[in-house]
Amino acid sequence: MEKNLQTTTKITWCPGCTNSQILVAFRQAVGELIEGGKLKQENLVAFAGIGCHGKISDYINVNTFTSLHGRLISAMTGAKCANPKLTIVGFSGDGDSYDEGLEHLVHAAKRNSDVNLFVHDNRLFALTTGQFDAVSPKGFKGKSTPFGSIEEPLNPLLLMISAGATFVARTYAGDIEGTKKIMQAAIAHKGFSYVDIIQPCITFFDSRDYFKDAIYWIKDPFPTDDQRRAIEKVTEKIGGKIPLGIFYNVQKPTFEEELWK
Amino acid sequence: MQKDPHSEIFTIGIGGAAGDGVMEAGNSLGTLLRDLGYEVYLSTSYPSLIRGGHNFARLSFSKTKVWNDHSNLDVLIALNGETVKLHENELSETAVIFADSFEPADVEKFGERAVFVPMAYSVTKLSLPPITRNSVALGALCYLLDLPLQTMKKNLEIVFKDKKPEANIKLAEIGFDHLKDKKFRHDKKIVPGTPHGEFVDGNTAFAKGLQTAGLDLYFAYPMTPSSTILHYLASKQKKDGLRVIQPENEISVINMALGAIYAGKRCAVGSATGGFALMQEAFSFAGMAELPLAVAVSQRQAPATGVPTHSSQSDLRFAIHAGHGEFPRIVMAPGDPEECFRAGELSLNLAWKFQIPVIVLLDKILSEHTMTSELDYGSVSIDRGKVAGGTNENYGRYEIKDDGVSPLAFPGAENTTVKVTSYEHDEKGFTTEKAEEVEKMIEKRFAKIKHIEENMKGRETIKVSGDPKSENVIVFFGSTKGAVLEASNFFDTPAKLVQIIWVEPFPVEKVIKEIGGAAKIICVEGNHNAQLANLIREKTGIEVTDKILKYDSLPFDPEDLSEQINQIFNF
Ligand SMILES: Cc1ncc(C[n+]2csc(CCOP(=O)(O)OP(=O)(O)O)c2C)c(N)n1
Repeated sequence: MEKNLQTTTKITWCPGCTNSQILVAFRQAVGELIEGGKLKQENLVAFAGIGCHGKISDYINVNTFTSLHGRLISAMTGAKCANPKLTIVGFSGDGDSYDEGLEHLVHAAKRNSDVNLFVHDNRLFALTTGQFDAVSPKGFKGKSTPFGSIEEPLNPLLLMISAGATFVARTYAGDIEGTKKIMQAAIAHKGFSYVDIIQPCITFFDSRDYFKDAIYWIKDPFPTDDQRRAIEKVTEKIGGKIPLGIFYNVQKPTFEEELWK
Repeated sequence: MQKDPHSEIFTIGIGGAAGDGVMEAGNSLGTLLRDLGYEVYLSTSYPSLIRGGHNFARLSFSKTKVWNDHSNLDVLIALNGETVKLHENELSETAVIFADSFEPADVEKFGERAVFVPMAYSVTKLSLPPITRNSVALGALCYLLDLPLQTMKKNLEIVFKDKKPEANIKLAEIGFDHLKDKKFRHDKKIVPGTPHGEFVDGNTAFAKGLQTAGLDLYFAYPMTPSSTILHYLASKQKKDGLRVIQPENEISVINMALGAIYAGKRCAVGSATGGFALMQEAFSFAGMAELPLAVAVSQRQAPATGVPTHSSQSDLRFAIHAGHGEFPRIVMAPGDPEECFRAGELSLNLAWKFQIPVIVLLDKILSEHTMTSELDYGSVSIDRGKVAGGTNENYGRYEIKDDGVSPLAFPGAENTTVKVTSYEHDEKGFTTEKAEEVEKMIEKRFAKIKHIEENMKGRETIKVSGDPKSENVIVFFGSTKGAVLEASNFFDTPAKLVQIIWVEPFPVEKVIKEIGGAAKIICVEGNHNAQLANLIREKTGIEVTDKILKYDSLPFDPEDLSEQINQIFNF
């Protein structure tokens, strides 16, 4: 099945790029759903932003819409409104959705549009050869901040919970199995599903060793319907550890349901 | 051969503070007069304020078409004291003023023409909201115009059908009887024609055009003077499955629309020029991805936030050149509500036929002024363009065809993969950077131009009126049409009037045929840089001989305009 989702386009990510791991996780995630009869391939639409992450649309043999930089989320909502039968996933970058298109991210969460957003979070702009962005750590030395960035980074998960996202999760690109499961859970969720995928950029900000040690999966059972616990978890600062998993997962009427009522 | 406008045209001004219901009064009166068989034109002017600023509605009516309201008032309905001061210079010699009270100096100045009408008094007595005051004046006006109130009750019921008809009719009766008891004069009666068409503004007519052409979704972020398209369509939701969405900003507006079009819906977006400025990148995306998008752009006085509630024609070039890069598009600039309806219909149908973005360029005057119009619903059919049939594993969204138009498929079609992208792409929609493919795709998109130009030959891309044989020509576009056509009633010698409706692609041959060889060509436009005159020169090589340019943000006045034109032609 997985093969059916591939294209013949030459992959132009850097050799060893962690985006490939996300690509594999996605093909597996939807391959299984299609095989299991839970999803029709023709009803799947993948949106992409502009950045290294966005190249993914050329590498998957499904309906794709490669938007402008930062604008995929609006287009995703538009498509879902137009045809609520479609399953909409979006591949975005941290520059794409935490800088250029932040307003669309916040509003999609607020209106609980029934779409799934996967953010390839490498904590910098990669395609434009390495500048700081909204989630780069303070002091980050990139091409536009040679003396270190002077801004504190944003906590996008906290932002998403407070904006009204009904599914908030984080995963690590290097953990393909974990990412696959989170993607499947996101797709199964009705409402706005937001997944931050830690995706170290091996060329401009190789933090693989750091993350390998820092990440841990939150233990089941975690009460995913408790907003306060979710906020605590995504703001947790214990020994520099970074929790992965589904932090928040609740049901609310979706924008498209309300629209077509 | 100057005609006296007041033998055939009657003009009423209604002034008051924002919140006094001036616009509603103008609309009620206009609807009433249309229902009685008059040709009506209503203009509204107001500042960008909710309460306190001066609002003014001015309405001219006649038996024959009124293309623009006149500035000479026969009646002034003053809902506050300021109105008399602001408009006394516009009163004709015999004009009357209806007000709740007058300053002693005004009573002295206007004598019998200053008519006390118990507006505030009556609504207080009947415990009705102050906004209904103007109904009393409406009744008084009916008396003055010798419109029998009894026979008009039915019309009043229609006019007030959404706003407490009994109360408003009662108030109108009070106003009518008040003048009757005074044995006040009747003004010379203007004979009505047969009621026809509807009393409609350009924005609503445009929106109706979209609806008639099968609009599924409308996206907009409010911005004067485009907002009433949003309001009208929002109020019509659920009919024919129409839905209206107000996203977080104009960038989201257009990107949502592009996503929805990709998924198969007929969509339009609308904004003023400032909001359209925010849409530029995505407008270009529509061109690149060949997504059929209809866009309404209503001009207001710019640059920047400009004068929000005043008009301008300074974005002709902006609309034609919208979006970065080169790609085919159509830009239509209608000149009255009937043409707005047509442009609304065509914007969707031609967008889908050619898979291009189509702009309808409006302006505050066109968007918000209201006139008796015939909207040609019956002539509209829905063109869905070239649709890919059946399932096709080899489907390529950008398959090269002679006419540049590839068959459309939408996600959800079995065994068909639909790939759309803002990057340059190959026939299947995969990113490409190969020079020969880039060139081929540019040529594919521009292959449409020949077919668009063929298609436009049979359409009203320009309209000629006045004296077709005259050596003197006046050219114009957009809402200036109304002022020029109304002004032409006062020309010393008849002229040929050439209205340009399609501004991109430009109807080169038709324009050359109509204005080439004229002795004098006056270009009339509402901007500083003579954008239309320059466009005509660029496209046809013809240089206009004279320009009348107005960039003070106010509408042209037909009588002033006719004087300027007479001066030029008589020189
Ligand atoms: C409007 C606009 N501004 C800037 C760019 C240039 N640009 C392309 S990708 C990018 C940043 C990408 O960062 P991110 O979204 O994190 O993606 P990554 O390359 O890291 O995967 C920028 C600034 C653009 N394409 N469009």
